Amino acid sequence: MATQVRQRTGVAGIAVVTVIGLTLTACGGAKVGDDSADSGSSGKCGTFNLAVNPWVGYEADAAVVAYVAQHDLGCTVNKKDLKEEIAWQGFGTGEVDAVLENWGHDDLKKKYITDQKTAVAAGSTGNKGIIGWYVPPWLAKAHPDITDWKNLNKYAAEFKTSESGGKGQLLDGDPSYVTNDEALVKNLKLDFKVVYAGSETALIQSFRKAEKNKEWVIGYFYEPQWFLSEVPLVKVDLPAYTTGCDADAAKIACDYPVYDLDKIVSAKFAKSGSPAYDLVKSFNWTNDDQNTVAKYIAVDKLSPDAAAKKWVEANRAKVDAWIK
Amino acid sequence: MAVALEKSAPLAGVRKVGRRTVVAAILVAWLLLFVVLRGRQTLTLAAADLTDLHRWFNDVNDSIGADRNSNPLFLYFFNEIRLVIDNLVTFIQHLISQPSAGRPLPQIGWLGVVGIVGYVSWAVGNWRVALLAVAGFTFLGLQGLWQESMDTLSLTLSAVFVALLFAIPLGVWAGLSDRVNRIVTPFLDFMQTMPTFVYLAPLTLFFLIGGASATIATVIYAAPPAIRITAHAIRSVPETTVEAAESLGATRRQALLKVLLPMSKRTVVMGVNQSIMAALAMVTIAALIDAPGLGKTVVQALQSLDVGTAFNAGLAIVVMAIVLDRVTTAASARAETARRSKNRFLTWRRPLLGAGAAVTAVLVYLSHTYLWAAEFPGDGGIGSSIASAADTATSWAQDNLSGLTNAFRDGITNGLLNPFQSLLTDSPWWLVCAVLIALGAVLGGWRAGVTTSVCLVLLVGTGLWSDAMTTLASTLVATVLVMLLGMVLGVWMGRSPLVDRLLRPTLDAAQVMPPFVYLVPFLALFGATRFTAIVAAIVYAAPVAIKIIADGVRAVPETTVEAATSAGCNTWQIITKVQLPMSRSALTLATNQGLIYVLSMVVVGGLVGAGALGYDVVAGFSQGQLYGKGLAAGLAIVLLGVMFDRITQAAARRASS
Repeated sequence: MATQVRQRTGVAGIAVVTVIGLTLTACGGAKVGDDSADSGSSGKCGTFNLAVNPWVGYEADAAVVAYVAQHDLGCTVNKKDLKEEIAWQGFGTGEVDAVLENWGHDDLKKKYITDQKTAVAAGSTGNKGIIGWYVPPWLAKAHPDITDWKNLNKYAAEFKTSESGGKGQLLDGDPSYVTNDEALVKNLKLDFKVVYAGSETALIQSFRKAEKNKEWVIGYFYEPQWFLSEVPLVKVDLPAYTTGCDADAAKIACDYPVYDLDKIVSAKFAKSGSPAYDLVKSFNWTNDDQNTVAKYIAVDKLSPDAAAKKWVEANRAKVDAWIK
Repeated sequence: MAVALEKSAPLAGVRKVGRRTVVAAILVAWLLLFVVLRGRQTLTLAAADLTDLHRWFNDVNDSIGADRNSNPLFLYFFNEIRLVIDNLVTFIQHLISQPSAGRPLPQIGWLGVVGIVGYVSWAVGNWRVALLAVAGFTFLGLQGLWQESMDTLSLTLSAVFVALLFAIPLGVWAGLSDRVNRIVTPFLDFMQTMPTFVYLAPLTLFFLIGGASATIATVIYAAPPAIRITAHAIRSVPETTVEAAESLGATRRQALLKVLLPMSKRTVVMGVNQSIMAALAMVTIAALIDAPGLGKTVVQALQSLDVGTAFNAGLAIVVMAIVLDRVTTAASARAETARRSKNRFLTWRRPLLGAGAAVTAVLVYLSHTYLWAAEFPGDGGIGSSIASAADTATSWAQDNLSGLTNAFRDGITNGLLNPFQSLLTDSPWWLVCAVLIALGAVLGGWRAGVTTSVCLVLLVGTGLWSDAMTTLASTLVATVLVMLLGMVLGVWMGRSPLVDRLLRPTLDAAQVMPPFVYLVPFLALFGATRFTAIVAAIVYAAPVAIKIIADGVRAVPETTVEAATSAGCNTWQIITKVQLPMSRSALTLATNQGLIYVLSMVVVGGLVGAGALGYDVVAGFSQGQLYGKGLAAGLAIVLLGVMFDRITQAAARRASS
């Protein structure tokens, strides 16, 4: 016992000596904080709290705005990963300055902009949000008439799954999405049942698999979306949207409107005079721009920051217009 | 559940044969009435519809949000709590994970952290776990996830620290007083079964976005096991020892400090261990309200369906869990080892500890000062190889197993799930209630019957009866599959130590790996269906059932098995006639735990196509106007959990008495 213990003391002693040796030899090494040139240049912008909602398209918006705010305006950007509902809640508590891609959400607008007055709208992003029913490309090619809703009942049996109770399956996505699909199925008298996939991940995986194995799938989807650059889903035409046709939620029998995606900022931020607010306000780009950056992130696996850098360097003119 | 019953029946006496007949009669009556009354009074509610209760929850939520800046409860209570916890988290983060005080790096770099971890593991455990801890933490760096891991560690440490601050005194109190125990237990059940998604949004309302809310969410989930185990530890100190102390003139206080606490130390440390494991299980969920760390990597990777990256981060969580588990387990064993070999070793221990502390201090200093010791060197090459290997494996499985898995899925869905679900959802609600109450009373006694009826009344009150029954059907099917798997693997492990050694690390990993990681491959294999949710639940719940059954089988006395062998029984007969019947209390416990664990996956199931309550909860978290419905769905899950917990526990007591 005793010898064993002594041996261990020996080991510890050697370790101490080694460590001291390391210290001495490492004296030439770089010290923490040696190159402080990059940090601390926050200028007059200060801190900019940017909400990042959980889909890649939004991540692309956020990456580019954050990159420009940081490198051109010298802001300290805090990106916060939050679901929409919680991000809006953050306007009131001062924890979120801006939401960059808002899809409708009239209920939230009423609650935070009209009632609580903690948020204000900051204009369009330039992106057009298109929601609808989509089928995989192979299916649209094999049965071209499937893209008209009137023919859907003809094919309903093909869309049957173990979940759809004998009817055709219409796959819906994440519960946070705007959806009228249950009402649509009922009011258009379609022989379908809405089945909730429950997440964007589940939706994309279903379409990806359907295209690969030539399976019959019809489901809710939307653009701008990076996945469309991998599998160009085909939209099914529903009865055309007219103003007010979606006024009564239970009686909806028309397509979704085209959403003008917009930006929301906290009331405090809008009044702060921060250059980051001016950037958010003038930030504007196209669906193609967003899909490009989203593809860099999701398919090419660049970090959001690297993806933003790549796009900003290639589109300097657009960026300069935002920060002028 | 049916399986467990069947197994317990053969050994039972006349009384139990009677009970079996009664159960059969109830089921037959149900089927007959179902045929007649099908589709009537099923209490269905469409996805977007709300009840008054749901709207009321919404209003409460809104009014809290509206006056949070003027309400004194916020100004003087919640804001203060938030401040303290936020400071704690930020302090630890600045120490090990986030840049601080004008430095581009945290105060202590990787070498310092590895040094501290090694030293502490050695001091509280032994040199073997110290080696494991050092290797494990170095591996995290090699995976290219050093900072993320340290963020996760900071949150885990703060949450466990805060949890223990409350849990240990409360646990001691519950251990000393039966009444406190009775009052506390329902709250603990509630804290553990209420899906986290339900209280994430309100938490951010109370405690704002970020570290504090994430920590508090974790505390709510991680404290109950520590409270329960501490209470259990105090209770299991032999009565006679306490009496002896009291007869020697010890006051209550002395008895507690000198006898009860020291004697239950070992078990209390196990409570700490369980608390840490529960905290780590919350990592990915907390990432949804901007908690930094590995969970964020997992969630972000999933947005682009990047299984490899998600797996890499998930593996880091598993590694951290295994290190913390082994270290705390070794720490709990140390108390005993130290007591046995006190004398000479203790005199040498002090100088050794001192030397170790000096070495650690030097390492910390180095990592504070020099870049090479502060920033983990290398580019995380191991991480990217792990990621691409995981990608390759998943695509292989997706390409080659799809046909097979689809057949299996359709078989189970059409043969078992669909009929059972329609029996539950298409029967009138009062019929299902009557059947469940009758079954509860027959299987668990009249008290279980009363609990069942209270739970059912409340369940109807949530307005989500139909969704609850859909969830119940999937849950029971998943539990049956968990028990089948548990019996096969559990018996195998119980009979062979080698199999046990091989399987156990896999089971540990399955319990700690965030479900988000394996959802994508499962989606590819089984599609967005209820079955995918069932498979995910099985991955999480089966390890518990397997471990409990293995322990039960191992506890069957050697002599009994030998007697059976010499009587000419073959292996199959020994298993079915001796080992399984004799471990039937383990089987009931496994059913109970299996079911509770399956229920805790209901929300995850909602993300992959299970719909029903899981979907309602997720929807409530995502959409303001569905908030109240999500809360009601969370309550419904808790009610299902409490109901089955009470029935199976009462049944277990009957089986073992």
